[in-house]
Amino acid sequence: MYPTSYRYTKEHEWIRVEGSIGTIGITDYAQEALGDVVYVELPKLGAKLRAGASFGTIESVKTVSDLFSPASGEVLEINAALADSPEKVNQDPHGSAWLVKVRLADPKEIDGLMDSASYETYVAETTKEKPD
Amino acid sequence: MTTPASAALRKTALYDTHRKLGAKMVNFGGWDMPLEYSGILSEHGAVRARAGLFDVSHMGEIEIHGSGALDLVQWITCNDAAKLSPCQAQYSGLMTEGGTFADDLLVHKISATRFLLCVNAANQDGDFEHIVSENRFDAQVENAGSHYSQLAIQGPRAKEILERMTPTSLDAIRYYHFTFGRVSGIDCLIARTGYTGEDGFEIYFGPESSEALWNNLLDAGKSAGLLPCGLGARNTLRIEAGLCLYGHEIDETTTPWEAGLGWICKLEKGPFLGSDALARQRQAGVRRKLIGFEMLDKRIGRDGYPVRIAGREAGRVTSGGPAPSLKKNIGMAYVSSESSAIGTRIEIGIRGQWAPASIVALPFYKRRD
Repeated sequence: MYPTSYRYTKEHEWIRVEGSIGTIGITDYAQEALGDVVYVELPKLGAKLRAGASFGTIESVKTVSDLFSPASGEVLEINAALADSPEKVNQDPHGSAWLVKVRLADPKEIDGLMDSASYETYVAETTKEKPD
Repeated sequence: MTTPASAALRKTALYDTHRKLGAKMVNFGGWDMPLEYSGILSEHGAVRARAGLFDVSHMGEIEIHGSGALDLVQWITCNDAAKLSPCQAQYSGLMTEGGTFADDLLVHKISATRFLLCVNAANQDGDFEHIVSENRFDAQVENAGSHYSQLAIQGPRAKEILERMTPTSLDAIRYYHFTFGRVSGIDCLIARTGYTGEDGFEIYFGPESSEALWNNLLDAGKSAGLLPCGLGARNTLRIEAGLCLYGHEIDETTTPWEAGLGWICKLEKGPFLGSDALARQRQAGVRRKLIGFEMLDKRIGRDGYPVRIAGREAGRVTSGGPAPSLKKNIGMAYVSSESSAIGTRIEIGIRGQWAPASIVALPFYKRRD
């Protein structure tokens, strides 16, 4: 379910690192919890993201949720397709519905994030905490 | 993201059925209710194009009977219940002394001496106490919510689906009328009412039959594309239809004149609770009015967001969000009467930025008959 090459945050974002470039998205758990995604507000090209800080918002029919950056860096690219097709986030959250690509300020920041096994455990615990 | 908070939440008789269907649950007015099953957009679309089935058993019922039943109903509500024929229903307001809404409700006249009120879940107990405290008439008042489950089947194919389940002639039930009949062998009050802007029915019956009736209706409607629907779709559907929700468009601070509900406020019927205040406000004119707006870019104005007109704070959004059938983002808000004309440019404050919107006519959506 969760790609082993990605790293994950407690706020349910993922990051895939290739060299000094990080690609950021939200996890399948996050899209499922949000429900039908209808709007994604992303930063401008060149914006500086800070690890753990909000860099945009994602809205479903029912709710608004902040997007938190897994790492610090400068925005190189945003996924423009999401402006007209935000539902892609529900359909392919780990793939074509990536949100932004950043030039990482410090690739070592990634070491503090969860790997896929830890994230799966984290999600299982989060789900269990909800009362039946 | 909304997470159900505590075990103290009340549950309808269909709670386990909803969980089995994989519903996402939400706390609504102290009830643990289905928010969505397959997704708000698909459920919304099903109701507009085909049909949807809603568990609305959280809604409260209050029965009023006795020789003074009509007098009591007339005293506490602003619409004219004397105009009702037996087996006719009426949208109305439960009033405070100040002419504001203690609640909004449906008044069903069962007979000359018997009325069934359908009220909002969160207000049920308060409404009951309020009505009892105003009962200077020869009437009995019963807090009867636990005696009823309620299902709503809504959409252009609702009648055809329900027809497969009942010998009752549904064509004989006109809009805002009801009858007593059997659905799937279960004794029901079948009303041609709803909260979606579509044709449909609301069915009241004993809670012990809830699972059988729910499952049988879903089975009967499967081939027609009937979907189970949650409160998420119920909300987007009612906003498109421009219908008020208590605690949003109406509450103890708003009057029927302000809410655009003058059509349910019948001063000419004689004195009722709040009628003096309402007569004064009608004479003086209202300072604010409920308006509909649509966003002019892709941003979404939501409940509680501030509204600005000509650079000045003008009020707050009462309900707002995506309108799936209109492919727009819409909402309702109170603004000053002089700024309430259709076409007026307004701005909605969204996370510290002002997004342009335009006042439009209500309702946003009207079905083609």
